[in-house]
Amino acid sequence: MSKDLFQELKFRDPARARALAQALARNMDAIGREVAVMHVCGSHEQAIARFGLRAVLPPTLRLVMGPGCPVCVTDGPEVDEAVALALQGVRVCTYGDMLRLPGTARSLADAQAEGGEVEVVYSISQAIELAQAHPAEQVVFFASGFETTAVATAAIALARPPENFSVLSAHKYVPAAMDLVAGSKETRIEGYLAAGHAAIITGWEIFEPFARRTGAPVVVAGFEPLDILAALVKLTELLKDGRPEVANVYPRCVTREGNKAAQASLWKVFQPASGRWRGIGEVPGGNLALTPAFAHVDARRRFAIDTGPVRDDSAAAEARGCLCGRIMLGLATPDHCPLFGTACLPESPVGACMVSSEGQCRIWHTYGGVPDLRQVG
Amino acid sequence: MCLGVPGKVVAIDGLDATVDFFGVRKQLRLDIVDEPVAVGDYVLNHVGFAIRRIPPEEVQETLALFDQILDVSGAKEDLMAADVRNEMAAGKDRR
Ligand code: SF4
Repeated sequence: MSKDLFQELKFRDPARARALAQALARNMDAIGREVAVMHVCGSHEQAIARFGLRAVLPPTLRLVMGPGCPVCVTDGPEVDEAVALALQGVRVCTYGDMLRLPGTARSLADAQAEGGEVEVVYSISQAIELAQAHPAEQVVFFASGFETTAVATAAIALARPPENFSVLSAHKYVPAAMDLVAGSKETRIEGYLAAGHAAIITGWEIFEPFARRTGAPVVVAGFEPLDILAALVKLTELLKDGRPEVANVYPRCVTREGNKAAQASLWKVFQPASGRWRGIGEVPGGNLALTPAFAHVDARRRFAIDTGPVRDDSAAAEARGCLCGRIMLGLATPDHCPLFGTACLPESPVGACMVSSEGQCRIWHTYGGVPDLRQVG
Repeated sequence: MCLGVPGKVVAIDGLDATVDFFGVRKQLRLDIVDEPVAVGDYVLNHVGFAIRRIPPEEVQETLALFDQILDVSGAKEDLMAADVRNEMAAGKDRR
């Protein structure tokens, strides 16, 4: 590995980075064959692409992104529900990237252009303020995000929100998708990096049953380039020794049991439900639905949502050749898609992975096409 | 995003904290964080909620990471920096 490359990586400590890369190379030499590992977090992919990390990995180690973008896995028909609500006079609030996420035929931005009240908020607290400011209206928060974000939604549901406020949950539960990927014969992922900050809430022990069941080690990783490299060293070490264990290389943030009170709130307000993830299909236990005790804040129970007029499955992005689903399963990368950077651009996205800042197509496009290969070449 | 952003607590009123993120002041909720938070502490923000009190010995290292992320050379759009800025904006505005 050239010295310059390490300088370019903007590592805070090139010497440590070099030592980690060497340890990684030694582990892969000992394993002596190709191995694919997966991370499941948009912020990890941002860090990996931004710092060109794949360029310092041994050629036998393939690091792929899995279903780590909560906006991307929000299914078209779920967006249709929010669009239908907005068009029937409900004020719909949602996080930024959800605005342009395509439903089967329309996005919330389209609904807005057609006169629907749609507002982007950074926090569910802002949606509560909107509900307080418009007491005569119904305000629905279209809630996306994985378990860490669902905990914030749960906190609001528990804090007696105003009566004109409800939640349309598109929250997803990552461990369920990891089970699905691990069960796929095609994917052949041998180990996983778990997202550090999600594990602040869940703790790292949540991955232990998964590692036991699937025989794949899991390493909890932070977001600095060095955190990610260190996690890969640990992961390849576990693979080399045939130990399907969970390791935490992010102890400065993540504990074994995580935040028990937040977990209790999460499971008081939500229950796992099977549902479709965009491009991936049915994920058993992959959706977080409001429990019956919180029916009073559940938009699906409070409104008769008729998506009929806004749904058109023949127009869906997947129908136009978008590979998002295969990308999120780790079976393809954006450069496999003929639309990448041509018909599909951040300004005119065809698929969900180009819409969200956590989508792999958007990330690769931002950091220069196939960033890591470019840096090597 | 799942990165979270560190900020310094400057005032607390029940479950609302006023937090300074690199010069921007926002209200964060303290419902989720599982440790007592005091004025002067640093917390990690995720969608307008403090999710962790950063132990004092880790504050410098954490801030340095974010300095590095926010230091975007060149005019090009940077997703990580943009996500961090969005996360900073995630608190309620100060009343
Ligand atoms: S480049 Fe666009 S169309 Fe192709 S897989 Fe990515 S999001 Fe889908």
